[in-house]
Amino acid sequence: MTATTTTPTATASVPLVTSPRLGPMAALRHTATLAWRSLVQIKHNPMELLDLSVQPIMFLLLFTYVFGGAIAGSTGDYLQFSLPGLIVQNMLFATLTTAIGLNSDVTKGVFDRLRSLPIARSAPLAGRIVADTLKQVWAFALFLGLGMVLGFRVQTGVIGVVGALALLLAFALGMSWLSVLIGLRASSVEKVQIVAFSLMMPITFTSNAFVPTKTMPEWLQRWVEINPVTHLADAVRGLLGGGPVSSSATVSLLWAAGIAIVFAPLSIRAFRNHS
Amino acid sequence: MTYAIQAEGLAKRYGETRALDGIDLEVPRGRLLGVLGPNGAGKTTAVRILATLLRPDGGRAQVGGFDVVRQAHQVRSLIGLTGQYAAVDETLTGVENLVMIGRLLDLPRRDAKRRAAELLERFALTEAAGRAAKTYSGGMRRRLDLAASLVGRPQVLFLDEPTTGLDPRSRTDLWGVVRRLQDDGVTVLLTTQYLEEADQLADDIVVFDHGRVIASGTPDELKATTGAQVLEVRPAEAARLGLVEQVVAEVLGAVPEVTGGQVSAAVRDPAVVPAVVRRLDDLGVVAAELSLRKASLDEVFLALTGHRAEDGAEAEEVAA
Repeated sequence: MTATTTTPTATASVPLVTSPRLGPMAALRHTATLAWRSLVQIKHNPMELLDLSVQPIMFLLLFTYVFGGAIAGSTGDYLQFSLPGLIVQNMLFATLTTAIGLNSDVTKGVFDRLRSLPIARSAPLAGRIVADTLKQVWAFALFLGLGMVLGFRVQTGVIGVVGALALLLAFALGMSWLSVLIGLRASSVEKVQIVAFSLMMPITFTSNAFVPTKTMPEWLQRWVEINPVTHLADAVRGLLGGGPVSSSATVSLLWAAGIAIVFAPLSIRAFRNHS
Repeated sequence: MTYAIQAEGLAKRYGETRALDGIDLEVPRGRLLGVLGPNGAGKTTAVRILATLLRPDGGRAQVGGFDVVRQAHQVRSLIGLTGQYAAVDETLTGVENLVMIGRLLDLPRRDAKRRAAELLERFALTEAAGRAAKTYSGGMRRRLDLAASLVGRPQVLFLDEPTTGLDPRSRTDLWGVVRRLQDDGVTVLLTTQYLEEADQLADDIVVFDHGRVIASGTPDELKATTGAQVLEVRPAEAARLGLVEQVVAEVLGAVPEVTGGQVSAAVRDPAVVPAVVRRLDDLGVVAAELSLRKASLDEVFLALTGHRAEDGAEAEEVAA
């Protein structure tokens, strides 16, 4: 620890890195550490798990008991129809937690600190997405559990449930590229929330997530039939409640892939050029 | 001589603005370079390039002998960075923040914990270690941020305006920490808007203005090169201030500054002092104070750039 030594390792306990590339194991380790970082706060503040869920639970109760009777004749029938839609809506909103978390890292300088460390370049994004995916699993379990308490019946079995979860996570992964782009580009967390709200609200409501398409005007029906939320809701309905799945699931996955193909390069460019 | 940091002709442009317009820097191992300049002078841009966060448009730079663009990964394993704002995760506790960095640097869990405890102790944060960082005061956050940048025992440390926004006591505390790092042989590049800070800490100083280096040297050299020593005269009777101003202006052939009951002016030739004294004596003016001192860095900055550091900051904001 002297100023005169020229041995670069004299003050370093961290081994001097000679290879410019990190192995996949290192990338996984760094990703796991950063995922831990996003999740460990729940340990200090377990209420956060409920915070994440207050809005979904409120939606579930309001839709079922306020609109249910009017839309479907009985709350029980409506729940059977709407729970998959609510699960889809909640999943879409939850993808924006990635944008919010990333944006807060960027505006607070944490992102720069991470980028100045000798870690895998992908780890700051991957760590966050892994953590947010686990939160998605939690939200799905919560919704399904609560729905079943209220009277929702899974008609398919474990494979159907797992299939629905897998499909939702696949779609969330596609959407997270859009979320990353918003998170990196927005100037503040408030902006992210505004974008999120004005994007997700219309998209989730102009679908068959909450009401059957046939009561809508024809021009709207045309959009509803294109809207990925419709296909995803149909697929989840089929996977949980029984019924045709393959075409709606295929369209959903194509949408997820399309979103990823468009937004992944844009996000990666924003990530690289971040200044 | 081995340089820990070496830059040649660094340039970075944002649209029409030249944030950096050909910067050369050389920092020998173990020295502390103070980069002084107003807001918008390009200090942060230079730090971001040297810390591999930003690619330069022109020029090249090496840190610890590694190129910051082509060997960014090696550079990152040598450096620590503390930015303008405290880059800690506010939802994590102090100890978790540091353990996270340790784990990311591939320290085994136990070593990461030990290193975190060591640094928390050193920065007087042990008591607050288990609390979320969002409950910390500004000074505590800044110390935690600095601790985070030291987890990997960096050889080269970048401190980008580390004391901006801190109260005087926290600032003095932080200076103490920086001095200890110098004792440990860490090379430091510190940017600051505070001339006093550069004067206190830096072995060498470069002055940035509008993306260029406009002066460099040790603090003493800088004070000397602008020629300026400063003559200050305070008359015993405030009523004679105007007369003193007149005399100083006559003898020096330049307009002096009048503030707070005293006349001050930059002096290149100390021989003028007796002349001033004689003239005042002839006129029967009694000086309560008459002194010749080295110019402060503040005055040097003014002489070099034609504007005060603080004025420059305002002008930048208006321009933006």
